[in-house]
This record gives sequence, C-alpha cells and structure tokens, in this order.
Amino acid sequence: MANWLDVCSIDDLQPNSGVCALVAEQQVAIFYMPEDNAVYAINNYDPFSDINVLSRGLIGDIKGEAMVASPIYKQHFNLKTGVCFEDETVKIDAYEIRINNERVEVKI
Amino acid sequence: MSNKQTLVVIGNGMVGQNFLENLMASDIKSNYNVVTFCEEPLVAYDRVHLSEYFAGKSAADLSLVEDGFFETNDITIHMSDKAVSIDRQNKTVTSDKGIVIDYDKIVLATGSTAFIPPIPGNDRDYCIPYRTIADLDDMMAAAKDSKVGTVVGGGLLGLEAAKALRDLNLDTHVVQFAPRLMEAQLDDGGADLLKSKIEDLGVGVLTSKNTIKIVDGDTCKHKMVFADGTEHETDMILYSAGIRPRYEIAADCGLEIAERGGVVIDNQCLTTDADIYAIGECASWNNLVYGLVAPGYAMARAVVSHLAGEEAEFAGADMSTKLKLNGVDVASIGDPHASTPGSLVYTYQNGVDGIYKRIVVSNDNKLLLGAVLVGDASGYPTLHQYFSNEIELPEHPDSLILPSRSDESVGLGPDALPASAQICSCYEVTKGEIVNAIEGGCCTLASVKDATKASTACGGCAALLKSVVDCEFEKAGMEVNTDICEHFAYTRQDLYNFILVEEIKSFSDLISKHGSGKGCEICKQAVGSILASQWNDYVLEKEHVGLQDTNDTFLANIQKDGTYSVVPRMTGGEVTPEGLIAIGQIAKKYGLYTKVTGGQRVDLFGARVDQLPPIWQELIDAGFESGHAYGKSLRTVKSCVGSTWCRFGVDDSVGLAVELENRYKGLRSPHKIKFAVSGCTRECAEAQSKDIGVIAVEGGWSLYVCGNGGMKPRHADLFATNLDKETLIKYIDRVLTFYVRTADRLQRTSVWMENMEGGLDYLKSVVIDDKLELCDELESQMQHVVDTYQCEWKTTIGDESKLKRFRHFVNSDKHDENIVFVEERGQIRPANIEERKLLKAENA
Ligand code: SRM
Ligand SMILES: Cc1cc2nc3c(=O)[nH]c(=O)nc-3n(C[C@H](O)[C@H](O)[C@H](O)COP(=O)(O)OP(=O)(O)OC[C@H]3O[C@@H](n4cnc5c(N)ncnc54)[C@H](O)[C@@H]3O)c2cc1C
Ligand code: SF4
Ligand code: FES
Repeated sequence: MANWLDVCSIDDLQPNSGVCALVAEQQVAIFYMPEDNAVYAINNYDPFSDINVLSRGLIGDIKGEAMVASPIYKQHFNLKTGVCFEDETVKIDAYEIRINNERVEVKI
Repeated sequence: MSNKQTLVVIGNGMVGQNFLENLMASDIKSNYNVVTFCEEPLVAYDRVHLSEYFAGKSAADLSLVEDGFFETNDITIHMSDKAVSIDRQNKTVTSDKGIVIDYDKIVLATGSTAFIPPIPGNDRDYCIPYRTIADLDDMMAAAKDSKVGTVVGGGLLGLEAAKALRDLNLDTHVVQFAPRLMEAQLDDGGADLLKSKIEDLGVGVLTSKNTIKIVDGDTCKHKMVFADGTEHETDMILYSAGIRPRYEIAADCGLEIAERGGVVIDNQCLTTDADIYAIGECASWNNLVYGLVAPGYAMARAVVSHLAGEEAEFAGADMSTKLKLNGVDVASIGDPHASTPGSLVYTYQNGVDGIYKRIVVSNDNKLLLGAVLVGDASGYPTLHQYFSNEIELPEHPDSLILPSRSDESVGLGPDALPASAQICSCYEVTKGEIVNAIEGGCCTLASVKDATKASTACGGCAALLKSVVDCEFEKAGMEVNTDICEHFAYTRQDLYNFILVEEIKSFSDLISKHGSGKGCEICKQAVGSILASQWNDYVLEKEHVGLQDTNDTFLANIQKDGTYSVVPRMTGGEVTPEGLIAIGQIAKKYGLYTKVTGGQRVDLFGARVDQLPPIWQELIDAGFESGHAYGKSLRTVKSCVGSTWCRFGVDDSVGLAVELENRYKGLRSPHKIKFAVSGCTRECAEAQSKDIGVIAVEGGWSLYVCGNGGMKPRHADLFATNLDKETLIKYIDRVLTFYVRTADRLQRTSVWMENMEGGLDYLKSVVIDDKLELCDELESQMQHVVDTYQCEWKTTIGDESKLKRFRHFVNSDKHDENIVFVEERGQIRPANIEERKLLKAENA
C-alpha cells in the first residue's frame, strides 16, 4: 500500500492554476481551486506532445467535471480520473491528494 | 495522337474566363484541348469592380483567375496576343503574333469596347475610353495634370466614371446626349431626382448635349463644341457612352452580324457557323446585346451544356440593375417604362428626403413588370424577387413602395420565396441550392458563398442572400450558437459590455454574475484579454494569473519540447550594435538558438522555465523590454529604412514605426496585431498585409487597415490618405479600440472586417464621421492603456513572489530531464524522440 508523501506547503500552490512537483521520481501536476478547497494531482506528462507540461495548462470544468487543457494541443484531461475528454482510450495517471495541516500530500 | 478536339476561346475577359471555369468543372473537360487568346497583358479581371482600382485595389486583387488555373487545367493561354482571323474552310485561327491553330470549335468572347463618338478631335491627348485596367492607368496619369474632367455618357457606367474622376479630385462634369440620365433605366421623374443628387455630389450635369467636335480650349486643354452652339472646356475626357460589340473577326470570316452590331447567336449561342459560338458582350441574341455580366455567364453555361449534348439553352436575361454612387442609390427592374400594353403604374415621390419610386404592374394588378428606385433602393431585393420569380403581388401593390406603416409588413420574407426563386442572378443560384448547401453542412454565410458562389460576382444579391441564409439557419434550429463556451451564454462582445458597464475587474466576479461553473481555457483567456484591454492591470496579478495560458503565464512562447523562446522588443526593427552584441552574449551564455524572425527581431529559443528570469534580467539591464511575442497583443511594427537613407523615401518610416510600436506595445486585443510602415509606395515593409499599415505619400501618410498574411492572406483596405501624424494616430487609436471592443475572440482584424455589416464604409463612418458618437471614449480608453503600460518582465523580475513560479518543480531544483538538445548547423535544437532515448541510454 502506498503511503501519503509530503510534497510542499499549500502556499507553494498556485490558486486556480497548476504547479509541478517531483514525487517519488514522478513528475506530478498539482492543481488548486481555493473556492472549492479542492486539490488535484495527475501526471505531468502530456501524451499528445510527449513532453512534461500539463501543470502549465489552464483549468476549469467541462459539464461540471474538473479538467485541465493541455497547453500544447489543447486536449482536455479529467483532473479526478486522468481520462482524456477527446479520446477516452487515453488516460494518464491520477493520484490521491489531500491537504493536511497546510501541507500537500500525495499517494503514489 | 490524341483524339481530343481543339477548342479555341477568343478573349479572356469576364465571360471567356467564366466559360473556361464552367468547362473545367464539367465532365466533358477531357474531350478538349483548350487554347485561349488573351489580347490584354492581364488575364481576366473583374471589370464590374474596376472603379475600386482607384480605391487602392491592385490588378492582382481584381483578378478572376486563381493561381495556377491554366497550368492545372492544361489550358494553353497566349497572352498579349490577339486572334486576327478565322479561316472557316481550313478550320484555322491565326493570331497577331503569327500563331496558327487548327480548331474544331471556337468560342468568341471578345467583349466590347467603349463607344467613342465619331467626331473630329475624338483622339486628342487625354481623351480616354473607360473599359480596361490600362485605360485606368492612362486616366490616373492624365488626372495628374488636369483640373477639369468630363465624362461623355450619363448612363450607368458614365456615372460610375464620374465618381472615379471626383475621387481623383477633379472638377467633374457629365455630358449626356439624351435629355435625361440613365435613359435606358429611368423615367423622367427618376432621372430628374438622380440629376439633382449627382449635382449635390459636386458633379456638373449637362443633358441634351450633342458633341460635334473637340478642339483646343482657352482655359483648359480641350473645348467640346455642342450642336446647340454651346461649349464646355475640360482637361481630360472619358468615354463611357455605351458599348460597341467587337465582332470584326466574326464579320471578316462571314458570320452574320446583327443590324445594331454583335455576332448573331441562337438559343444555343451558336453563330451562323455550327462550330462557332459567341458569348458575352460580343454576341447579339434576339437583336439584343447585353451590357451586363450575368447574361454573359448564362450564355457561357449554355455553351458548356450544348457541348455536353444537354438541352439547356439561353433564354434571355433580366436587365435589372442596382447601383450605388457615392451614397446615391439607384435601381431599375424589368420594364421601367411601362411599355407593356395595359400596364399600370404606381409612383411615390418624396421631395423632402429625395426619394422616387415607381412600379409597373400587369393590368390585373397581379404581376410586377418593372420598377425604378432612386434615393432609396432598399426595396430592390424584394421587388426583384416579385419580378423574377413572378410571385403574385399583395392586394395593394403600392404598399411595396409606400413608406412602411408599423402595422403591416410589406417585405417578402425569405421564407415566402419558393425553392426555385433565383437569389443570385450572376451565378444563377436558387434558394433551393442554398438550402441544399446548408443541409450539406455549410454553417456560415462564408461557407455558403464558397459552396454556391452566390454573391461572389456583382454582389447585388448580398443582402438577400444573407437574409435567406439567416432564415434557414434559424429554421434548422442551428441558430448559429454564438455563446463563447458552456460557461457563458454570451458572445465576447456581450462579455466586454458587462465588464465595461458594470466595471467588473475579475473573472470570478464576472462568472458569478453572468456565468456558471468554473470556466475553461476559452472563456478564461477571453476574459483575461478583455480585462487587460479595458483596465490594463498586470497580467500576473493573483486574480488574473489563472486566466493566462502558458505563454502569458511565463511571458514567453512554449516550444515543442516544453522550453520557451525569448523575444525582446526591437521597435521598428531598429537595433544598436551594442544591443545586438548584448543579445549575442546572452544567447551564448545560456546556450540558446538564435534566429531572426519574420517580424524583424531576434528570437532566442531553448530557454528552460527557470532560465527565463535571469535571461530577462540581463536583457533588461542591456536596455531591452518584453516583446509580447507571447500575448494576443501588438507584435511588431515592421519598417523599411525610409527617407533617412533610402533615395526614394518620402518620409521617415523608421521613426514613425518606432513611435507607433512604443504607443501600442502591451495593448491586449482579441488576437495579435501587426503593423508596418513603408517610406514610399514601393512598400518594402509590406504594410498592406498588416492589421494596420501606413505608407508615406507626398501629402502625408496613407492608412491601410485589416490586412493579414498568414493562413488566409487579405490585402488591407485603404482607409484614409494624406493624413498628418496626429490624425493618423487618432484614427489608429479609434480603429484598434473599436476592434478590441467588438471583435470575436481570436478574430484577426481581417476576419473582423469581413464579418462587419457595412464593411469598410461602416468602419469609416464610426472612426472618421463619429457616427456612434464614440470616438472620444475610444481615444481615452487607448490613452489609458498607453499611460498604464508596463514592461511585464520588469515588473515580474522585481517581485519575488512571482518568480517562485519560474521553476520546473515546486519542491526541487532539478530540471526536466526530458529536455535534451542536439547540435545542428552550429546551434542547438530539441532532440527528437529517438535521439532522446539514445542520449538517455548513454547517460545511464
Ligand atoms: C517566430 C516566428 C517565426 C520566425 O521564426 O520568423 C513565428 C512563430 C510563431 N507563429 Fe507566426 N511567427 C512569426 C511571424 C509570423 C508572420 C510574419 C510577420 O509577422 O510579418 C506571420 C504572417 C503575418 C500575419 O500574422 O498576418 C505569422 C503568422 C502566424 C499565424 C497565422 C495568423 C493568421 O491570422 O493567419 C499563426 C497562428 C495563430 O496566430 O493562430 C502564428 C503562430 C505562431 C506561433 C505562435 C505558433 C505557436 O503557437 O507556437 C509561433 C511561436 C513563436 C515563438 O515561439 O516565438 N503565426 N507569423 C515569427 C515571429 C515574429 C515576431 O518577431 O514576433
Ligand atoms: C467600368 C465598368 C463597370 C461595369 N459594371 C457592371 C455592373 O455593375 N454590373 C454588370 O453586370 N456589368 C457591369 N459591367 C459590364 C461587364 O464588365 C461586362 O458585361 C463583362 O465584362 C463582359 O464580359 P466579356 O467577357 O463579354 O467582355 P470583356 O470582359 O470585355 O472581355 C473581352 C476580352 O476579350 C479580349 N479580346 C477582344 N478581341 C480579342 C481577340 N480578337 N483576340 C483575343 N482577345 C480579344 C479583350 O481584350 C477583352 O480582354 C461593367 C463594365 C465596366 C467597363
Ligand atoms: S510558420 Fe508554422 S512552423 Fe513556422 S513558425 Fe510559424 S507557426 Fe511555427
Ligand atoms: S447577383 Fe451578382 S453576385 Fe449574385
């Protein structure tokens, strides 16, 4: 069973936007929506452009589902599941994430 | 040996070219080797819009021939060569240059010439026909040392020619042989009103004048002497008094010529030789030569059908016309003179507003036979539909010309038209074909035009086409959804107005008041851009940063490997040696790839996100500023070297480019904006391909707007000329702010203009005549943006909290190991996937 790993402080996150963290040698994109007190973690790797950039995409929702738009070719990924909205056969890893005492923790 | 027949088309004018296009689109195209003779040095161009040549359109703009048309279709075209004789016994055509072609079929499309009255002195210097682009060049040359210009002929073309002379700033007169203007189309009442309207435009009108000779003038170059003993002095003369079909070559080989000129043709457009057709203005059908393009196109179609063995035939055409001369509307439909026995006439005259309307109906009050409209031609599309589709008139036909009372709607809604109703007469497009195109997937007006060609010739049907298309869209329930995205049921323009009127300063405020959900990359970027255009806050401010896409977030352009490019501003493309050296040193220090861009500056590629701040620190220290290459904002103001160095330069284009770039830098807009300034009309800065283009001319600056390079090039429109710098800047302020406020998201100025109702004239009325009484506001908004400019990189570097973002990992100083370069031509480039794997393996 994976453990919760301490990543950073909540102040390191970008409200309504994303950052990238190095967690257990994985590049993890972390998004923060303060109004909903929500955080999301998915892999930073964009399978459509083969580069590590998803943390730099714009976030929002599609029909109520939280999503990030790839900054390169604009495919959308579900922030909870990692599934691509345009092509459901494409899925990136999504991780459990929580805020614990102002610290951000991820399970990998 | 090929078994193809040889088909020779004599004349590559509007109709000859239309014939070739129809033939190439048909199944029988492979049956023929096609050869065409083109007497003019230019391939077919749009004569109908000839006068736009004066408004800045070039010969290339007017061309009707798509690039590569002759090559791809294997058509042999002999340019600047005229067919001089046809030998019908041996079936050969011989050209002026001595080319002899064995033909199987000939299509004569030799058009016509302007009629030149056979009087002594008619060929004096500066006496020019009005027909070809070469004529217009002669005209412009002659106008340069003329003060008074006179048009012979007060018909449709003559009045258009008069407008051209007015536009060249000549004291202009029209001399008409007949007692009234446009005698073919108008009755006395309409012609009188037209005359007074034309005179109001500053054009003198002389009617019932029969010129008998042209001699040396006393005050001007020429003196025209009239049969009634009066005289008129002028420096140049334009002939536009009707047309004379060109039938010499047909007459010489023995084909029958009509009494009033023109090669006699039958319903198949065949001449008296079964292998020779004639179409367009050189042909005479039923003793009639049509001086309009639509009948010519109908003849061209008839010939292609006949060659294909189909039954279609030319059955005459409608001579209705609509014209706009400097704001004077004139239209005539069918038989305006009530020459049909028993016909009834209704007339409406309004001396106050200068409106005259008259309709001619059948004696049972059921069918429209003709109409004349002067001063207000808005009823033309409806009346023309009643006429051409023989739709039964309403109970009181006069309701069609009386000012509409609010309780009754007299217009014939597009829905009421039958599928067979012809909407575009130039291309014979029916309402049914338009409906088909929409059902076939066209979902914009532009795509309907592309698919059907409707409204792409004379343009007379544009308003009607739009109403038909709109109505069909609405019926299909595909009310074109203009909502910006699922979070806002509004257009960008609506959002702009909310932000402006309610003084909204943040996305969260806007979405809670007018939207739903959390937003997405579409609405966030659009709103981010509007907020920046309107209030011009720093884009990385806490409440705005989430609205920026990666380029704006990191103030640099992301590349395919996740690195960024860095583009310092180089106003006007001007840079000092010290500046260049600094850029070179910085690029060398950080190992960046350098390239000169298409926008006259240097781009440095391959910077990791963590390298951006130190690179910019050094650039700022060397005196550079952000180039906003990442923003939907002003990119560059390109310049040519101008009068400072260039021997042809009329003014200091670099100086102006630098000033303009400094004024508008940082302005956020719906899409990127590009400018250029050229020092003379040689146009080395290519200003006419930019959103805003400026060219130095003897009297000041000429302003061009809404040009585009890129995916769909568009020539900029000449907006105003001979401007002093102050007025120029005022106009640019207004045009840009109006664009910022009203364009759709990601809409360049070119597309904005193409979609603007009323087009260039409307934009001029807003910006020059202040029709919306908005100019002060537009200028002060721009001044606010100018006054609050900041170099975003300077602000960012000075703010520790903002710099935190410029790291690949929030919790580590490591770099993204996926970023790997290899060397090419002495500089770095991103490794491709294979190379990346190989290098990783080597390092492991
Ligand atoms: C760097 C440069 C190519 C070069 O090496 O010369 C360039 C590079 C890009 N162009 Fe460009 N364009 C560059 C000059 C041009 C020009 C030439 C000019 O400006 O004189 C044009 C045609 C002129 C025009 O825009 O009318 C041009 C027409 C486009 C278009 C098509 C726009 C259109 O309306 O058709 C795009 C796509 C878009 O914007 O949607 C585009 C988009 C792009 C993007 C942003 C594509 C992207 O998203 O990655 C490229 C990124 C630039 C970067 O990383 O810095 N670029 N691009 C040029 C930068 C000029 C500068 O100094 O700022
Ligand atoms: C200023 C102006 C405005 C107009 N406005 C309108 C309008 O608003 N609406 C409208 O419907 N119509 C308008 N017209 C008329 C329209 O332009 C003509 O009806 C149309 O051009 C006729 O086409 P065509 O091919 O028959 O003749 P043209 O376009 O004249 O083409 C004939 C071509 O054949 C060439 N040629 C002639 N003899 C030979 C030969 N022996 N060998 C080789 N080549 C030869 C000529 O040089 C010419 O290039 C306008 C015309 C002018 C001049
Ligand atoms: S032309 Fe295409 S590939 Fe070249 S810089 Fe512009 S956008 Fe990139
Ligand atoms: S009627 Fe001429 S373009 Fe449609």
